[in-house]
Amino acid sequence: MSIAEDQKQRGGATFARLLMSFGPLLFLVALVVVFTLLKPSFIDPINLFNITRQISITGLIALGMTFVILTAGIDLSVGSLLAFCGMVAAVVAKGGAANTLSLSASGTQGYGWFAALLAAVVVGAAAGGVQGLAITRLKVPPFVVTLGGLTVFRGLTLTISNGGPISGFDASMRWFGTGLIGPVPVPAIIFAIAAILCHIVLRYTRYGRAVYAVGGNAEAARLSGLRVDRVLVSVYVIVGFFAGLAAFVLSARLNSSEAVAGIGYELTVISAVVIGGTSLFGGIGSVGGTVVGAALIGVLQNGLQFNNVSSYTQSIVIGLILILAVAFDRWLKSRVRR
Amino acid sequence: MPPPEAAPVLLAVDGVTKHFAGVTALSDVSLDVRAGEILGLLGENGAGKSTLLKILSGVMPPSGGRITFDGADYAPASPQDAKRAGIVTIYQELSLIPTLTVAENIFIGRAPVGPLGLVSWKRMERESRDIIARVGLSIDPMTPVSALSVAEQQLVEIARALSLKSRLIIMDEPTSALTETEVQRLLSIMDRLRKDGVAIMFVTHRLEEASAICDRMTVLRDGRLAGHLDREGGPIRLPAIIEKMVGRAASELYARPAQRAEAGDVVLSVRGLRTMRDPEAPHAIVLDGVDLDLKAGEILGVAGLVGSGRTELARAIFGADRIAAGTITLEGRPIAPASPADAIALGIGLVPEDRKHQAIFAALGILVNFSVASLGRFSNGFGVMAERRERDALSGFRKMLSIRMASAEQPIEGLSGGNQQKVILARWLARDPKVLIVDEPTRGVDVGAKAEVHQILVQLAARGIAVMMISSELPEVLAVSDRIVTMRKGRITGEMPGAEASEERLMELMALDRRDARRDEARGQTV
Repeated sequence: MSIAEDQKQRGGATFARLLMSFGPLLFLVALVVVFTLLKPSFIDPINLFNITRQISITGLIALGMTFVILTAGIDLSVGSLLAFCGMVAAVVAKGGAANTLSLSASGTQGYGWFAALLAAVVVGAAAGGVQGLAITRLKVPPFVVTLGGLTVFRGLTLTISNGGPISGFDASMRWFGTGLIGPVPVPAIIFAIAAILCHIVLRYTRYGRAVYAVGGNAEAARLSGLRVDRVLVSVYVIVGFFAGLAAFVLSARLNSSEAVAGIGYELTVISAVVIGGTSLFGGIGSVGGTVVGAALIGVLQNGLQFNNVSSYTQSIVIGLILILAVAFDRWLKSRVRR
Repeated sequence: MPPPEAAPVLLAVDGVTKHFAGVTALSDVSLDVRAGEILGLLGENGAGKSTLLKILSGVMPPSGGRITFDGADYAPASPQDAKRAGIVTIYQELSLIPTLTVAENIFIGRAPVGPLGLVSWKRMERESRDIIARVGLSIDPMTPVSALSVAEQQLVEIARALSLKSRLIIMDEPTSALTETEVQRLLSIMDRLRKDGVAIMFVTHRLEEASAICDRMTVLRDGRLAGHLDREGGPIRLPAIIEKMVGRAASELYARPAQRAEAGDVVLSVRGLRTMRDPEAPHAIVLDGVDLDLKAGEILGVAGLVGSGRTELARAIFGADRIAAGTITLEGRPIAPASPADAIALGIGLVPEDRKHQAIFAALGILVNFSVASLGRFSNGFGVMAERRERDALSGFRKMLSIRMASAEQPIEGLSGGNQQKVILARWLARDPKVLIVDEPTRGVDVGAKAEVHQILVQLAARGIAVMMISSELPEVLAVSDRIVTMRKGRITGEMPGAEASEERLMELMALDRRDARRDEARGQTV
């Protein structure tokens, strides 16, 4: 191959690489433009902040899911786990299982928002850890373990809640779901802080390197001295933690923990991660991509709603976008490799 | 056995050449195979055997030359094409589908059907029973292939080839994963097929087996024809084969690099090392009492054929495989690494033989690939990477090892094999190891970079690192090693200073039966 040819090819590959990093972002911008042209009020700050509030719940879980998918794993249990953690948070916020029927908003009886938050994230992380151990010790594939988890956590939720919701939290807890700091919804701020932290961990720490290495080539990681099993367990702990955090925010926003909360969330969450460019085969992806992926789904849902497209059609569109995003990603990769 | 001359020539390869991107892998190779004979195809690694096999089996076309099969021009466009023509190749990595039954595998894609167009299981079972009987298998054809041993699976592949009415069966290293008894069984079946008029091309490293069964041999060397050997009355003699395979003094490619240090104290000492037979992999190689000393500042070459236990030895020392018995001592202290992480912490590094699957993170950047084994050294107390330090270290090694790369972020898969290998070497050098084990360090590395890798190994030894180099390329072992041990069947079969070794001697120690090797060794000592 001549040098010029080589450089030309490399130039093409660089462009494709650039597209690979910014492709989803460009698509997001294009969507915003289109929706604004269709209905200028789409771009109103009120609506945009509304979108950030909408995406923060699945977005938080998607952050954790990014870690899992980077190791070539998957967690299908997050929707159920969200419901379970929400229920745990509610019970704690109410001051015990016996008090769950009281509708007092005064906050005098319960253990307070902090205990509720702590309970939700600890239970979430522990549940994730148990699944991680099942994956690494029992050598059961993540898909199967977390598929089991999906059913188990839903069942646990229904058990402690008797099938119904637990509602009515005090104002300090509700603030985490409905409050504003300036014009910005609190859930959006929580999501933003969490995203920045996750980005730093994955991009700048030793641990982040290990996650990419394990996902990129587990055998090479082991032969390079990484404790592969520990890394694998840890990512399920992280996604569990975020399911707990998201559960707390969701309960605070709805002023209620629903036994049926989070059904199907795993699919939205995985879609966000994958649309954001993280490879289901592990080793490739970023938090930035996931944030864009989550935003893309949020904008799409909101924009379609805004234009009175039925929720049925929304489903169809989001599904197609998911497939197209991955197809596009594949195509770019084949160009880069060539 | 009928005299081979009597049978007509079935396959004739005439002046076949193959170029890859400027490299000539095969140059003007000619051979022929007659019906009812076994032709041995021999040669060292890189001699061009696999290239020739790929051409014959339709994986790729030759760049020049002519091939005829049964008198007609033979230019298969695909492996299916080759099969249709009557040539079946059985690779080391078997191509059966483990979840399907023996019968289904034999009739895959062409199951016998009944009047309604449905699969006739009865006919399939009956016909496969007849076919597997021809290869001496007495198993139920409805057994799933996953329940069979490697040897049995091989026979099923041969049975499938027979059912396809193949007239030439090419077998690529069929005995490398077999036990001694299984080898004998395979050889006797090959003999039976020969009597039935089937032609067999037997590609192997194992000289004794080749000598025992082959009517004739064709030997390749450096992509060229080194010569033909004929059975004249008795079996073809091993020295004759070895001479043809080696054929040259160490070529200039393997010039012994200068700058050698005196070997120092023993750093790593292995005594009576054994590994357990894994019930799930009963055919895997086990170490059978290995004793070994490795000194600071020396390069110890470990020569052995595939399956001799050389890689298993490296993995056992490195904590990657479990040890059943024996001791490992590092600088006088006994160690028992239970994982690679343990071994690495003790100052041992391993450059594994299969770079793609065991060493590199293909899609990740060079920097990440470089520092993965030293994350602790390149991060602060909070676990945050000290990227400046990391980059400085990489650029240091980039100069020292002359790694040709565009940027630290470039995915490593974009580098040439040689440059990838240098990054992996840098990965270990960043840790200042006491012991560095390199397994097939120049596999998949182009010729120019090979010498560079050798030079690097010599430099490392000069810095006091104890280097253990495993290689199946004898010229490489001879060029780089200060001391050489040979392995066969999980044991050390010989040891000699690098300067006194020759390819012939090593080949004998690697390939011959252990008793012969001992005798040979004893002879060497008395001289």
